[in-house]
Amino acid sequence: MTASPHELMLRIVGLRKTYELGGDNRVHALCGVNLNVERGCYLAIMGPSGSGKSTMLNLLGCLDRPTAGQYFLGDEDVSRMDDDELSEVRGQRIGFIFQSYNLIAQLTVLENIQVPLFYQGRNLKESHDRCVELASLVGLADRLDHRPNQLSGGQQQRVAVARSLVNDPLMILADEPTGNLDSKTGAEVLDLIDRLNRGGKTIVLVTHDDRVASRAHRIIHMKDGLIDREVVNRQIEQPGPAAVLQNS
Amino acid sequence: MLTVQFLSTVRLGVKSLMLHKLRSMLTMLGIIFGVCSVIAMLAIGEGASYEAQEAIKRLGSNNILINSIKPPEDTKQSGAGRGMMLDYGLTYKDGSRIQTTIPGVKRVLPMRIIRENVRFNRSEVPCQVIGTLPFYTEVVGLEVVRGRFLSHVDEVHANNVCVLTVGLAQRLFPYEDPLQHSVKVDAFYYRVIGLVRETGTAEQRPQKAKTEGEPIDNNLYIPLATSRTRFGEVLMRRSAGSFEVERVELHRITVQMEDVSAVETADPQIKTVLSRFHDKNDFEVIVPLQLLRQAERTKQIFNIVLGSIAAISLLVGGIGIMNIMLATVTERTREIGVRRALGAKKRDITTQFLVETVVLSVGGGLIGVVVGILTPFVVSHLTEMKTIITVWSVFLAFGISGAVGIIFGLYPANAAASLDPIEALRHE
Ligand SMILES: Nc1ncnc2c1ncn2[C@@H]1O[C@H](COP(=O)(O)OP(=O)(O)OP(=O)(O)O)[C@@H](O)[C@H]1O
Ligand SMILES: [Mg+2]
Repeated sequence: MTASPHELMLRIVGLRKTYELGGDNRVHALCGVNLNVERGCYLAIMGPSGSGKSTMLNLLGCLDRPTAGQYFLGDEDVSRMDDDELSEVRGQRIGFIFQSYNLIAQLTVLENIQVPLFYQGRNLKESHDRCVELASLVGLADRLDHRPNQLSGGQQQRVAVARSLVNDPLMILADEPTGNLDSKTGAEVLDLIDRLNRGGKTIVLVTHDDRVASRAHRIIHMKDGLIDREVVNRQIEQPGPAAVLQNS
Repeated sequence: MLTVQFLSTVRLGVKSLMLHKLRSMLTMLGIIFGVCSVIAMLAIGEGASYEAQEAIKRLGSNNILINSIKPPEDTKQSGAGRGMMLDYGLTYKDGSRIQTTIPGVKRVLPMRIIRENVRFNRSEVPCQVIGTLPFYTEVVGLEVVRGRFLSHVDEVHANNVCVLTVGLAQRLFPYEDPLQHSVKVDAFYYRVIGLVRETGTAEQRPQKAKTEGEPIDNNLYIPLATSRTRFGEVLMRRSAGSFEVERVELHRITVQMEDVSAVETADPQIKTVLSRFHDKNDFEVIVPLQLLRQAERTKQIFNIVLGSIAAISLLVGGIGIMNIMLATVTERTREIGVRRALGAKKRDITTQFLVETVVLSVGGGLIGVVVGILTPFVVSHLTEMKTIITVWSVFLAFGISGAVGIIFGLYPANAAASLDPIEALRHE
């Protein structure tokens, strides 16, 4: 584990997720996972298909509730929250990056970046400036009025990165963010994510690609709904507490 | 702050609808037709009943009209034999009986209506020679244009004077001034003392049966007493070789009541009084007030029928909207998942889709109001039907369109909100 005792971002204890398929048919997607993630950590989740990676990430992202076990985000027990509270947690503390970008077709680049702020009831004028700033951060300052279908896959994913940042979340979750991209544009997106991590964001990323995972501090390998083994990447400097306080 | 967010939700709704312009337009069409038909149909109904009611009101709602009619059995007889005399209709006595026995009667106006030709110099024009009393003008709508109407003195002396309707005067006197000239009817001369214009309706004007297609303002008014002495009670009518001999004292009696409330009690009383002396069915009683009531009931039924038709079209429009919105929700499942992941609560999703539906239906409603206000004008222009757009029908139609949006939008919006975020995100 890490040498310096960092503040915990999240802690899961005995987390289980079981899908009832009717009758006696059950799928145990997660079978009691324990995991601690420190603030500012860059965590990669790997493992064969069907091992429960996406299930795990969905639970971490408060999109779903566990069948059993506890999930502490900061020091709040998320597993007991109701639907509205989960929405609030997602909107305020978590940023999502999806494999298939998931931009909203009828909105422009700028409006897509704005969506999470809209649900926080933020002042639109103020948020406009922030969104422009984020668009230039991901190198799309000149594409603000374009629609998603006018952008390449890499550009769309960069919009998604900007969108995941707009509410200034503590943690960014990415499920195979480079799965639909070629290695060059994928690397660009990953560079962006690296920068966010250096800026203090906690990153949890699911991938099948060893080269992608090699950018992370910690790599956990899952198998049949459990963490099979964990690798700590010692070549990468973990950010100290100073870096954590620094804001992007 | 909240309104700003609401406005941007509306803007978002419009944007989403603009993404499928044709589809949104077609969906709106149902509401447009519905709203348009509510307004147009109510306008046409209102106009039609207004015209009917005005016509009846001009008959005078405190008048009761009694007409002599040829009894059906006598018609057969007259066909059988030549020269048979028909004796029917209202009598002078009927008039005085009504005057004395029925309470609340103000005036009883008798009328004799005889079809004859009137001549001046070489021109000859068919007309109705109406024998009546001086207060005719107060009971029946009539406007004196020049000169004067018949007077009491004319009646007492049975003067040979007459009053012409403007139309008749123009035909008889294309060049001369009719006043102080004399016109000839049958064998007698009558001095023209005045010109009048009819203001009443067709029903109200003195008119005998079977005059359709002929000008109804071809009237020549003479004192009743003059009519009696010059024409006698026995009237002969020649038609196609045979001739009919009728004995009719009065062709019409108009009973003017003191006020409207007396009309309905007087109606059966008049019938009882008359039927005691008429064993043949040779008169008819027309009560304009009852016609008015009937017209109002007819209007109500008319409005209900029209309203239901329009409501059904709005309902169909609403179902169309719901159908499209359900399709939209399915189509945009992924978007819903993304929005949920980015912090949208269930009620945010409900609001979004509800606003979208309401934008659709209210947009359709607005267009419908415009088209609905224009339609009656076009109808009036093309058919000469009178139309009246009432303010409440516009608000009603518009309100219904909004309600349709909310009612039919709730189900799809709730369906959207209750989607599981993960399922929605995985949706292809
Ligand atoms: N909604 C669901 N209903 C039933 N079973 C499910 C559901 N979602 C996931 N599963 C099951 O849970 C298990 C874990 O699925 P998960 O999506 O987490 O796999 P994964 O590790 O992300 O795989 P991949 O690498 O292919 O994305 C699988 O066996 C899957 O069939
Ligand atoms: Mg997966």
